[in-house]
Amino acid sequence: MFNNILEQLINGLRTGSIYALIALGYTMVYGIAKMINFAHGDIIMVGAYALYVAIVLLHLPVIPAIIFTCVVCSVLGILIERIAYKPLRNAPRLAVLITAIGVSYFLQSASLLIFKATPIPFQSIINIQSINIGGVTISGITIVTLVVTTISMIALTLFINKTKAGSAMRAVSEDMGAAQLVGINVNRTITLTFAIGSFLAAVAGILYICQYQSLKPTMGALPGIKAFVAAVLGGIGSIPGAMLGGIILGIIESLSKAFISTELSDAIVFSVLVIVLLVKPSGFLGKKKNEKV
Amino acid sequence: MKKFLAAIMAVAMTFSLAACGSSSEGNTSNAGSTSGEDTFVIGGLGPLTGSAASYGISVKQGAEIAINEINEAGGVKVGDKTVKLSLNFKDDEASEETAITAYNSLMDEGIDALLGTVTSAPCIVIKDYTAQDGILQITPSGSAINCITDADNAFRLCFTDPLQGKTMADFAVNDLGYKNIAVIFNNSDEYSTGMKDAFVEEVEALGGTVVSTQAFNEGDVDFTAQLTAIKNTNAEILFVPTYYEAAAYIAQQAKDIGLGLPLIGGDGWDGVLKQVTDPSTVEGAIFLSPFLSTDPEVADFVSAYEEAYKATPDQFAADGYDVVYVMKAAMEKAGSTESADMIAAMTEIEVDGLTGSVKFSADGEPEKGAKFVTIKDGQYAAYNVENTEETTAE
Repeated sequence: MFNNILEQLINGLRTGSIYALIALGYTMVYGIAKMINFAHGDIIMVGAYALYVAIVLLHLPVIPAIIFTCVVCSVLGILIERIAYKPLRNAPRLAVLITAIGVSYFLQSASLLIFKATPIPFQSIINIQSINIGGVTISGITIVTLVVTTISMIALTLFINKTKAGSAMRAVSEDMGAAQLVGINVNRTITLTFAIGSFLAAVAGILYICQYQSLKPTMGALPGIKAFVAAVLGGIGSIPGAMLGGIILGIIESLSKAFISTELSDAIVFSVLVIVLLVKPSGFLGKKKNEKV
Repeated sequence: MKKFLAAIMAVAMTFSLAACGSSSEGNTSNAGSTSGEDTFVIGGLGPLTGSAASYGISVKQGAEIAINEINEAGGVKVGDKTVKLSLNFKDDEASEETAITAYNSLMDEGIDALLGTVTSAPCIVIKDYTAQDGILQITPSGSAINCITDADNAFRLCFTDPLQGKTMADFAVNDLGYKNIAVIFNNSDEYSTGMKDAFVEEVEALGGTVVSTQAFNEGDVDFTAQLTAIKNTNAEILFVPTYYEAAAYIAQQAKDIGLGLPLIGGDGWDGVLKQVTDPSTVEGAIFLSPFLSTDPEVADFVSAYEEAYKATPDQFAADGYDVVYVMKAAMEKAGSTESADMIAAMTEIEVDGLTGSVKFSADGEPEKGAKFVTIKDGQYAAYNVENTEETTAE
C-alpha cells in the first residue's frame, strides 16, 4: 500500500512537472502582456514534431536535434507575438483572446496538412533504464523529466531575479507605462517573454513525446488546457505559483485516478480549481490586486 | 503591414482550398475501372484518417484485392448476366457524425450494397440507415453486439465483442491457467466495454478472480496511474481489450513502471507492432485474430497484397477481402443483384474465406472458430493453444 502511494505520487510528480513547465509559459505571458496565449499548448505539439523532423527526417544527433527543436519553438513564439499579438497591443482584450484561439487552430490545421492525422510513432530519445528502490520502480523518463524540469525552473527563477532582462520583465509586469518611462524597451521585453515561454514549451514537448511516443496534431490541446488550469490554480501571473499549481494538479490527478475513480479524475481536478477560486480567487500564490482606477 | 497580412491570408486560403480538394480525392477510390449497367457498386465506410485509420485502410485495400481478382476472372455470374464489381470507399474517421455524411454521399452517388462500417460505433448508427434504405450491409469488423441487431439487412463477418471477451476469459483461465486477472479498458468505447463485461463475467463463472478493473477515457495517453494500481495487486495477467493505439501506450508504460505481467487482448490489437516504438514491450502478448499473414493457406492473398500496397496485410484486410467474396456468393446464390434477394440468400451460403469458413445465422451473426496470435521476436506468430511452453516463458 505504501509503495503504491509512493509510486502514484511519483507518477503525479512527473505529469505535474510537465504541466508546470507549460504553465510557466501561460503565466509569464499573462504577467507581462495581460493576455492568455491559448496557442501555447500547440507550441508543445510543434516542438514534438520539430524533434521528429530533426531526428527521423534530418537524421540529426540528439543534442543538435534538441537545440533545433528549442530554436524552432522560440522563433515560432516570437513570430506569433509579432504577427498576431503585437498589432493588437491596444485592442480590447477579447480581440486578443480570440486571436490566440485562432492561432491555436492555425497551428493545429497546419500540422494536420503537413503531417496528416494518422498518429506517428516516435522512438524516445531518452534511453535510461528504470531503477528500482525498495520495490518502487521509477522509469528513466520520469527521472529525466524531474531533473530537467527542476533545472529549468531554477534557471528561470535565477534569470528573472538576477539578470537585467529579468528585472525588466518584472518591471513591465508591474506597470507597463512606468517601465516604458524609465527606459525599458517594452516590446523587446515582451518578445523575450514569448521566446522564453516557447522555449519551455519546447522542452515540455520533448519530454512529453519521449514519454508517450506518439505524435498527432491535436496532442498539445489537452496538456495545454491542464497547464492553463495549473497556472490559474497557482495564481496566474505568479511564476512560483505556476510551478506549484502544475505539481499539485499532477498529484491530484494521479491520486484520484488511483484511489477514487479514473472516470472522475478530470471532474475532481476541475472541482478543486472551482473550490480554490471560490476561496482564494487569485489562486494559491497570486497577488491580490485592486483594480486601477 | 496590412498588405503583408492580406498576403498571408491569401496564402492561407489557397492552402485550405487545396486541402479540400486533396482530401476529397483521397477519400474516394474506385477499384475496378468499369462503369456501366453491369457494375455492382460496393460502398465502403471506414476510417482512412485518425487514430483507427489502419483498420479502414486495410479493409479498403483487402476489398480492392478481392474485387480485382473477381473482375480479372471475368466478374460474377448472376443469372444469365455477368456483373463486374467496383468499390466506392469513403472515410468515416470512425465517427458517427462523419459516417452519416459519408453514407449519404455514397447513397447519392449510388451503391448496391454496403461494406462497413469498419469500427463499431458508426456501425450502430449506420445500420438504421441501411435498414431504412433496404440495402445489404456487411460489416467486416464491427464487433459491438448492437452493430447489426434489429436490422435484417445487416450481417457481420467477425466475432462480437462479448464473444471475444468470453473466448479470451476461457483462454486465460483454462488454457493459460491464471486465476488472478486484471483488466484495463476504455470506458467510453463500446468495443472495449462490451469485451470487458463478458470477460469479467466468464472469468468469475470459471472460478477466477478479476482483482482489478481499471478504466480510462477515449484519447487518454497516460495510463501509469491505472497500471501502478494494477501493479500493487496480485494480478498474474493483464487483459487489454482496446484498439492498438491505446494498447501500444499501455504496453510501453507497463514496461516503464516494471509491471511485468503477460498481456492479452482482442482483435483490436492487430496492427500494434506498427504503433509501438519498442517491440519488446509487446513481446509475448497474445490476442485473438482470425488471420495470420504467415499462414501458408493465405500466401496468394498476401503476395498479391504486398505487391499492390507494399505492406503486409492484417486481419482487417482479410476481413475486407472476405466480405467481397461473401457478397459475391450471395449474389450468385440469389441470382440477382437486388439487396432484398441477396439478404434472403445470406443464410444459405457458406464461404471458405481467409478468416476461416463462415456461415451466417438469420440474425446476421457469423459461425466460425477462434484463432490466437502471439508476438514472438517482434513478429506476429500463430499461437497454438496446446503449447504451454510459451506461457511459462513469460
